Amino acid sequence: MVRQQAKDGSRGMGARNRIYASFDDAVRDIPDGATLGFGGFAVVGMPINLYGAVARQGAKNLTCVSNSTRGGATLPADAPDMGQMIRNGQVKKVICAFTAPTRASQRLILSEYVDKGLIEAELVPQGTLAERMRAAGAGIPAFYTPAAVGTELAEGRETRVFNGREYLLEEALPLDYAFIRAYQADASGNLRFRRSQRNFNPIMAMAARVTVVEVEQEILPTGAIDPDDVHTAGVFVHRIIKIPPPPEGWWPQPPGSIVR
Amino acid sequence: MSERAKGLTRQQMCDRLAMQFEDGWIVNLGIGIPTLCSNFDFGDKEIIFHSENGVIGYGPLAAAGTEDLHLVNAGGQHVTLRPGAAIVHHADSFALIRSGRIDVTVLGAYEVAENGDFANWKMAGQQGGGIGGAMDLAACAKHVFVAMEHQTRDGKPRLVERCAIPATARGVVNLVATNLGLFELTSEGLALREIAPGVSVEEVKSATGCNLIIPREVPPVRSVA
Repeated sequence: MVRQQAKDGSRGMGARNRIYASFDDAVRDIPDGATLGFGGFAVVGMPINLYGAVARQGAKNLTCVSNSTRGGATLPADAPDMGQMIRNGQVKKVICAFTAPTRASQRLILSEYVDKGLIEAELVPQGTLAERMRAAGAGIPAFYTPAAVGTELAEGRETRVFNGREYLLEEALPLDYAFIRAYQADASGNLRFRRSQRNFNPIMAMAARVTVVEVEQEILPTGAIDPDDVHTAGVFVHRIIKIPPPPEGWWPQPPGSIVR
Repeated sequence: MSERAKGLTRQQMCDRLAMQFEDGWIVNLGIGIPTLCSNFDFGDKEIIFHSENGVIGYGPLAAAGTEDLHLVNAGGQHVTLRPGAAIVHHADSFALIRSGRIDVTVLGAYEVAENGDFANWKMAGQQGGGIGGAMDLAACAKHVFVAMEHQTRDGKPRLVERCAIPATARGVVNLVATNLGLFELTSEGLALREIAPGVSVEEVKSATGCNLIIPREVPPVRSVA
């Protein structure tokens, strides 16, 4: 865990400027040993630009939480992802719902490092991964779930029977930093996501002490998003950066348009 | 496995399972073969397709060139939304799953055992694995159906007495469609319910790694027409 409190982490709505001019500025204070969450699912809502910034920043011994360590068909071929941080030697541990390729033809950079014992990979069922972060964001230290009961993942762990059914104890997963991508933000950090971009992003924002958001549309003035339409409240958001148009900023590309 | 193994095609296997879906069911389809269930013509039945990444009520795949880059299903395929669709975040999406509101999940598998255990997240000898949402779905959906080829690429049975590779969930599978037929998991064991056209009971038995309950008359697999 990071000991120092983020300097800009706890002010009120728009009381302090959350808008950062560059991705590099927004990740400058990540210490070695931090636990980082990266949102997104199959490239949608994936903080591609912030992956690049964390890779340039160079913090080491990181624990990285995300659904998987690879992108997907719409990620430009040379775009940053967790693979780049793994190759940089920044990652000590990953916590993911996928830690191996799902088909024989796939290659995963993570696998080479796990096989050599250089990175520890904690494999977590996807719903449990989401709920562990939701619990952290909700001030709940642990919970019971039926997922993974009776499997290798539950071996040697605490279970308990409620109403005749066995459940597995899972602990909350707090983050030091969350890196996410949103569709819209206002200057107070209120966020909206579009379509399946929401996925893990609101949950990671609430689980983290410092939430950093790359935003697709121009950042709106405070109050421009109706309070009823806010998906993630600005109180959970600390730093927002507008993604520049390509080639300066990274954007998913239509399937079939990517030359690998 | 060859693309054209004996018996049913993958689409026919999925059509047979999709026939079991009831009006109003919330359905979650696993990556791979099970996604073909959404091609089935449900007629007047209203089926709500749910995807782990928080999409409730998705429709057919988007035509090439019309993809919405903000919208994928759990397999990363660009889908469309049906009228009435809703988007939730991942924790709410799995709340839907964990609270037992998914009527059926159709999953692929490496192995299904006669006691209802199945394995689909870790290949033999592999470090780590790809669980995705399979453990949550398998433990919590009201029905668990499996669509898979009857044998592995090198001819080993996938229907077995006990799973040799790590299980995804225990005792949860209800119904299995393979290229050779439709199988039901009963309290007495694995029962052959319907057989693929052109396949004999003896062929099914010799390709299966556990005891089969075989009624005197085995009807052919029901088809769409």
